[in-house]
Amino acid sequence: MFNIETIRKDFSILSRKVHGKPLVYLDNGATSQTPIQVIDAIVDYYSNYNANIHRGVHTLSQEATDKYEEARHKIQAHFNAKHAHEIIMTSGTTESINLVAHGFASLLKKDDEIIVSALEHHSNIVPWQMLCEKTGAKLRVIPMNETGELVMEEFDKLVSNKTKLVFVNHISNALGTINPIEDIIEKAHQVNAAVLVDGAQACPHLKPDVQALDIDFYVASAHKMCGPTGVGMLYGKEEWLNKLPPYQGGGEMIAEVSFEKTTYANLPHKFEAGTPNICGGIAFGAAIDYLNAIGFDEISTYEHDLLDYATKKLLEIEGLKIYGTSKNKTSVISFNLDGIHPYDVGTILDKMGIAVRTGHHCAQPIMNFYKIPGTVRASFAFYNTKEEIDILVEGVKKAKMMLS
Amino acid sequence: MNIQDIQNEIIDEFSMFEDWEERYQYMIDLGKTLPLIDEQFKTEDNTIKGCQSKVWVHADLINEKIVFTADSDAIITKGIIAILIRVFSNQSPKDIIEANTGFIDDIGLKEHLSPTRANGLVSMIKQLKMYAIAYQTQLQ
Repeated sequence: MFNIETIRKDFSILSRKVHGKPLVYLDNGATSQTPIQVIDAIVDYYSNYNANIHRGVHTLSQEATDKYEEARHKIQAHFNAKHAHEIIMTSGTTESINLVAHGFASLLKKDDEIIVSALEHHSNIVPWQMLCEKTGAKLRVIPMNETGELVMEEFDKLVSNKTKLVFVNHISNALGTINPIEDIIEKAHQVNAAVLVDGAQACPHLKPDVQALDIDFYVASAHKMCGPTGVGMLYGKEEWLNKLPPYQGGGEMIAEVSFEKTTYANLPHKFEAGTPNICGGIAFGAAIDYLNAIGFDEISTYEHDLLDYATKKLLEIEGLKIYGTSKNKTSVISFNLDGIHPYDVGTILDKMGIAVRTGHHCAQPIMNFYKIPGTVRASFAFYNTKEEIDILVEGVKKAKMMLS
Repeated sequence: MNIQDIQNEIIDEFSMFEDWEERYQYMIDLGKTLPLIDEQFKTEDNTIKGCQSKVWVHADLINEKIVFTADSDAIITKGIIAILIRVFSNQSPKDIIEANTGFIDDIGLKEHLSPTRANGLVSMIKQLKMYAIAYQTQLQ
């Protein structure tokens, strides 16, 4: 049963004050807050069984290893991966993407093509540019339209036998658009191209089934899903992960080492060199438990209600324009006030205890498309309330009054 | 007036305000008094990096004193740069280089010094002082 009052009690940070006003945290797209259940998992780890994993014969090491691997199984179950070893623990989405990009460097040749979407976060553009420079492959871009959706007719024209990889975010961080990944995956697979989906913004809101979607690679960060920073995951189909070379050399990722030859460890350890973020991984598992206990259907319904309410209320403000108006979007509202810089609005809102994001959201190509320096982005989570949206709306009105 | 006197004057002005709203409103008003940079100087070279909003600064040396002009596309940033220019403009390069900028704390704008603010107050001060160093070298 979804009970907002009970949920908010799990997040003690939500009752703090900022500049003397109750905090209204609407920057969930940047990072989500951490419930007590996840904080407890972190405290429990360091208080009771902190040890290095996978090698010690002593009890603490075995307990830590069990808990860490249990977290991997939780992630596997959550994303419905076929095997636990298809889940690679990373430091986050950015590392996951770089791991795949690095791996493809040995698979691509000159004139192969990589397709990315115009809605990408910088972290999903730069690695591919570097990869293209290295291999001579070409980068193609699926354009976007005024509503912030990908122009799929153009994608159809871009896909060819030269296409080896398609990279698209499941949900745009700057605009909240949910991209038609089913369609993209189907068309990419017709030409045997692999598809990597960046789920960083999607995973707080929905529960992807990587087998049902037939995704080749899927990446996410724990800190956007009520988990800690510095840990994330890469899902890869077994056959794809076997094709990719190791990302980093080090302990843990080898089977046998001699000066003549090193044999790499099996999945997932081949990609997990060195001591991982053990505590982070375990806490990631706790965060997944937490979200599932609330239920993604409930989260989705509640957040859509917040989105509809906030959209309606904000649009009542004269001169306010929302960027990203797709019908298919999550609880993100990117907006500007006519003639007012988003930075100014964000500064005034902060003074009123309201946390929003301002700027280009690491998605400058989108800002260039709209010919704006940036936007104010309010991103809602399941622990936000309509009362908080009312405070945001009043804050925006005040900012408009002060800055006009 | 020397730099210290101007800083004291600004501290006095800001001390009259009771809350953030009045302080920010005043800063926004100060932004409107900013000596604007000539459009021809709004170049990439004159852009201060590290700001979420765009900031351009230009400096001329007139009678051995530096005269600053500037602009920004964000109004609060414009207010901040206006305060800095009021302190540093029409001063000698030497005085600008040696100036202490502790008054920022005293007028309740300390939060803008934090690197996460991304409005580049620190970069702005650095840039104004860089101009002073450059002109000081010319004078010697």
